[in-house]
Amino acid sequence: MNEELINILNSIIANATPLVIAGLGETVSERSGVTNLSLDGSLQLSAMAGFAAAIASGNLLVGCVAAMIVGAVIALIVVVANIELRQDMVAIGFVLTLLCADIAQFLGQDLAGQRMQPMTKLNIPLLAEVPIIGPVFFQQPAIVYVSYILIFAIWWWMFHTRGGLAMRAVGERPETAFARGTSVNCLRYVYTFIGGALVGLGGAAYSLAIKPGWTTPPSMRGEGWIALAIVIFGGWHPFRVVLGAYLFAVLRALSSAIQRSPDIQIPLVLLNMLPWLLMIATLILVSSGAIDRLLSIMPRPLQKWTRNFLRSDPPAALGTRFEQD
Amino acid sequence: MSNPKVVRILFVLLSIGASLLVTSVLVMVVGQSPLDVLDRIWQGAFRNSESTAGVFNFWIPLALCSMGLILTFTAGLWNIGAEGQVLAGAIAASWAARTFVLPNEIQIPLELLFAVAGGALWGLLIGILKTRFGVNEIFGGVGLNAIISVYSIYLIAGPWQPPEGGSAQSTQPFPDHALLHPMNETFPVSLIALILTAVAIVAVYLLLRGTRWGLQLKATGKNAKSALLLGVPTTRATLTALMAGGVLAGLAGAYRVLFTYDSLRPNVSGGIGYLGLLLVLLTGMSAIWTPIVAFIFAAILSGSTRLRVSLGLDSSLAGVLQGILVLSMLLFNGVRQRWEERRKSKTVTPSAVESQPTPSNAKAASGE
Amino acid sequence: MELEFQHINKTFGRVRANQDISLTLRAGRIVGILGENGAGKSTLMKILSGYQPADSGEILVDGVPLHAGNPQAAIEAGIGMLQQDPLDVSPFTVLENFTYGQVPGKRLNSREAAKRIREQAALFGFDLDPDQTISSLSIGQRQQLEIMRLLELGVKALILDEPTTGISAEQKEVLFAALRNLAKRDGLIVLLVSHKLEDVIALCDEVVVLRGGVLVGDRQMPATTAELVELMFGQALTPQSRESVPLGSSALRFDGVTLRNKRVAVEKFTLEVRHGEVIGFAGLDGSGQELILRACAGLVRPSAGHILLNGQDLTGKHFRAYRENGVVFSSAGRVEEGLIAGLTLTEHLAVTNSGAFIDWEAQRERTAAQIKHFNVRGTPESEIQQLSGGNQQRFLMALLPDRPNLLVLEQPTRGLDVDSARISGSSCWRAVMLARQSCSHRPIWMRW
Repeated sequence: MNEELINILNSIIANATPLVIAGLGETVSERSGVTNLSLDGSLQLSAMAGFAAAIASGNLLVGCVAAMIVGAVIALIVVVANIELRQDMVAIGFVLTLLCADIAQFLGQDLAGQRMQPMTKLNIPLLAEVPIIGPVFFQQPAIVYVSYILIFAIWWWMFHTRGGLAMRAVGERPETAFARGTSVNCLRYVYTFIGGALVGLGGAAYSLAIKPGWTTPPSMRGEGWIALAIVIFGGWHPFRVVLGAYLFAVLRALSSAIQRSPDIQIPLVLLNMLPWLLMIATLILVSSGAIDRLLSIMPRPLQKWTRNFLRSDPPAALGTRFEQD
Repeated sequence: MSNPKVVRILFVLLSIGASLLVTSVLVMVVGQSPLDVLDRIWQGAFRNSESTAGVFNFWIPLALCSMGLILTFTAGLWNIGAEGQVLAGAIAASWAARTFVLPNEIQIPLELLFAVAGGALWGLLIGILKTRFGVNEIFGGVGLNAIISVYSIYLIAGPWQPPEGGSAQSTQPFPDHALLHPMNETFPVSLIALILTAVAIVAVYLLLRGTRWGLQLKATGKNAKSALLLGVPTTRATLTALMAGGVLAGLAGAYRVLFTYDSLRPNVSGGIGYLGLLLVLLTGMSAIWTPIVAFIFAAILSGSTRLRVSLGLDSSLAGVLQGILVLSMLLFNGVRQRWEERRKSKTVTPSAVESQPTPSNAKAASGE
Repeated sequence: MELEFQHINKTFGRVRANQDISLTLRAGRIVGILGENGAGKSTLMKILSGYQPADSGEILVDGVPLHAGNPQAAIEAGIGMLQQDPLDVSPFTVLENFTYGQVPGKRLNSREAAKRIREQAALFGFDLDPDQTISSLSIGQRQQLEIMRLLELGVKALILDEPTTGISAEQKEVLFAALRNLAKRDGLIVLLVSHKLEDVIALCDEVVVLRGGVLVGDRQMPATTAELVELMFGQALTPQSRESVPLGSSALRFDGVTLRNKRVAVEKFTLEVRHGEVIGFAGLDGSGQELILRACAGLVRPSAGHILLNGQDLTGKHFRAYRENGVVFSSAGRVEEGLIAGLTLTEHLAVTNSGAFIDWEAQRERTAAQIKHFNVRGTPESEIQQLSGGNQQRFLMALLPDRPNLLVLEQPTRGLDVDSARISGSSCWRAVMLARQSCSHRPIWMRW
C-alpha cells in the first residue's frame, strides 16, 4: 500500500477524533433522555478554555481537564434548568450554544496567534509495527487512543452492565426505571454530566491536538451541529455514531483530495457545502422512512438483520421530563 | 409580595441584575472596568443623532426578523434557519440590484420583492424537509444556513467580485439607483424601511390576534396531532409559517445590503437571525415587547461595535451580554414558577381540606 | 403472609379515591378487587405496591407497618404489582428486562438468568425466549415475563391490574392456571383487580367490592353474578332495550384493504357499513382495530385495496378529504389527540370554523351556547386542560360537526361518565364505528 494513502488514512482517524468523542458524549446524555443542544457552543468554549489552561499551566493534561470541566458545567446547566426549573431543554441548549460561542470568542480574543506544542504522536509498542493497521491507527496523538478506549468502554457499559441497563431504561421508559428502584433524575444528572465532560474533551481534542491553537472565528465552528446529526445518524448506538464520524472524515478527506487534484474540476463552493449537504442527506435517509421502504423490497431473512443494524429509533423518553409522585 | 405582577417585575429585575453581574465578571477577567464598558456602549449608541440612527439601523432588520420568528415560534417551530433566510433575502436583493437598471422608485420595490421571495423560498425548503422528509427544522435550518453562507462567500469571491479583483471582503458596491436612501444627513435611516418595519410589527400582531391563520398556527404549535383532527391543515400551517418568517427575514437581509453595506458581504446578516431567536425567547413571543426589547438589543449591538477600537475588546461582548440575559431570564422564570407553586400549595392546602367534597360529590366527580 | 389495610385514605384534587378502607388478606387466597372504572381499585393497589403514598392510614405486613416509599421497597417487602400495561422497556430483550432491577443479594448473571427464564416458563406453560425483544411480544407474554420477574424477586403478594384486557383466551387460561398454582401450592396472596365479573367468578376465592372510593362489601365465593352486580353499582341493572333503526344506503366500504404499521398488518379486509348501523370492533387491543378505525378517517393509508365513502372512492386521500365528507374521528387519548392544551374553549371552536378573520365576540357567544347545551363545566375563557376528564369529553362532543355521515370512536367509553354517555347517545349519528364490543349491532372480532 502506498505511503500517501496510509498518511491520508492516518489523518482521517485523527481528524475524526473530536467528532467521535463529542458524538459519544452526546450519545451518553441522550441515551439517558437529555438532549444537550449546546454542543456547538460547548465545543468552542471548552476548546478555548482547554487551550488557555494548557498555555497557563504549560501542561496539556491540565488543558484537557479544564475543557472537560467546562463542558460538564454547561451540560449541567441544561439538566438543572430542565429537571429543577422545568424549562425547555431545546431552548436552554440553544441559548447556551450561542452564548458559549460568544464567550469563547470574547475571552479568547488574546489567545489567537499564541502557540503551544500540541500533542505529539505516540507509537504504541508492537501494534504500531503491524503493517497498514499500525501506521493508520497506532501512530497517533494520545487523545486518539483515549477515543478508542471510550468507544469500547461506553459500548460495554451500555450493553453489558447493570448500570447500562438502568441508563437505557431511564431514557426509554422512566416509569419502569422508577419502578425498578432506579432514581431517574439522579441518573440523568450523572450521564449528562459525563456526556458534557466528553464534549469538553472533544473540544480539547481540537485545540490541543487536531487543530492546535485558537483562532477568531474558531475553526471548529459548526462542528457541534454535525456531531448532533451524527448521533441521530448513528441511531444512538456508540459503534454506529463512531462509524458516522469516521465516514464524515473520509468524505471530507476525499473532497479536499479532489480539491487538490488538477484533473478534476469541481467548483470549490460545492465542496465547502458538502458537509452540510451530507448532514441533511443522512438525516433524510434516517427520518423519511426511506430505510423502511428499502427494507420492504429486500428478501425477508435479510430484512431482520438489516433492520436491526439500521434501526434508528430515538430513546423513547428523549427530551421529556420525569416527575415521580 | 403577594401581587403576582410585582413578583414578576421583581424577578425580571433580578435576572437583569444577575446577567449584568456575570457579564461584569467576564469583563474584569479580561482586565477592563465594567462601568467603562457600559459607558462606551452607551456613548457608542446614543452620543449623537447619527449614532442613534445607527441603533435604528440595527433595530430595523432585528425587529423584522424577530417578528417573523414570532410567527414560526407560534407554530411550534425552532426556526434557526432565520439566519439563512436573512442571507437568502440579501442575496436575492443583491441579484436584483446588480441586474436591473430602473428608476429608484421602481427598482426598490422590485428588489424587496426578490428579497421576500428569496427568504420565503429558503424558509419553505426547511418546511419541506420537515414535513416531507421528517428532518427536524433545527437541523434543516442549520444545514441550510451553512449552505447559503458558503454560497454567499462564493458569490463575493467569485462571480460578483469587483472588476479590480476580489478581496473577498465585499462585492462591487451597488449603483445609487438600486439603494435605499437615508431620510436626511443628520439622521441617516431609511424612511421606507422604518415604515415597512412598523407595518410588519402591526401586521404580525393582528395576524396572531384576529385571523384564522394565526389561530391555526397556534393550534399547530401547541399540539399538531389534535389540530389535524380538529381540521387544521397542519402541514400548510407549518409551511406558511416558515415562509412568512422567511419573508420578514428576507426583508431584513435586503435592508442590510441595500442600506447598511451598499453591497453584499460575507456574514452580511451579522447573526441577526440567531439574535432574533434569543430575543423572542426572552419576550415569550409577545408581539408588543419584542420590538421594544429589540431596540435595547440594537442599542447594545450598535454601541459595542466600537469597543474594539476604544478598549480593544472583542465586539462579541454584545452577544455575551444578550445571551446571559436570555439565559438568566429563562432560569429565573423557572425559579419564579417553582416558588409560586410552592406558595400556592402552602396557602391552598388548608382551604382545600375545608371544601372537601361529601361522598356523594366525590362520586359525581369520579363519574359514578 | 398476611396483609392488613388500616383506614387508608387518598384524595386526588377534589376526588376522594379511597375513603377509610380497612381490609385483611390472608396467604393462599385469590382475592378479587371488583368495581367500576374509577371506583378506586387501582389507587388502593398502587398504594399497596409503593407507586403512590396514602394520605393517611397504614398497611401492615404480618403485623409490621409497611413503609414502602417506592415500588422497589414494596418488592423487598414481598409485594409486587403487575400493571395493566406491564412496566418494561420495549427495546430490551426478555433477558435484560428480567435482570434489570434485581434486588441486591438475589442477582443472577446472564447465563443463570436465561436458564431460570426457560425453567420457569416451562413450569408455568409460558411462551418466552430470553433473546426476544420486548417489542416483539404480545401483552400476554409481557405479563408472563413480569410475573416471572416478580416471583423471582421473592414476591409473596402478587397484584394484577386488569390482567385479562388485551390477552387471548388461551393466554388467559394459562394465566389463571398459574395463579391458582401460586396461591394453592406456594401460598401467595393473589390480588386480581378487575371490573370483569366473569374473571372474578372464575378465579377468586373471595371478592372485595369498591364503589366511589368506599369499600362496600366483601363476599366469599361462590357468589351469584346478580349479587356482585348489585354491590358494584348499588342497584340491579336492567338491560337497555335497543330501538331498531331502518338501514340506509352504503356509508362506508372497505374493498380488500391492506393496512400495515410496525406491529400488525390487516390483510385484504372487506367490510360494508350502512347508514344507521353501529359497528363495534372487539378483540385484543392492538390486533388491528386501531388501524382500521384510522383508515376509516384517512389517518392511515392502505397499501392495497379501496375505501369508499358514500360510494365515492377516497383511497389514499388526506384526512381532510374524509372530514369534508362527514367523517368524524375521535381518538382514545383526548388531550393528546383531539383537544389542545393551552387553547381556550372559544379558541377550540374558532379553529374548527372557516373564514379568514375571527369575530371573537360572536365566537364567545357560540361557545357559551355550546357549553350550556352539552352541560360542560367551564367558561369560554377556560383553557381545556383546566376541565375535568368528563367535561373534556363532553366538550369534544360539542366540537363535532352537527350531522356527520360516519362517526368513528376509538375507546369511546374510556373514562366516560354516565351523564356524558347519555348526551352522546341522544344525538343521532348516521353510522357509527366503535372500538368496543358493547352496544353494537355487529361485533367484529379481530385477531392477529
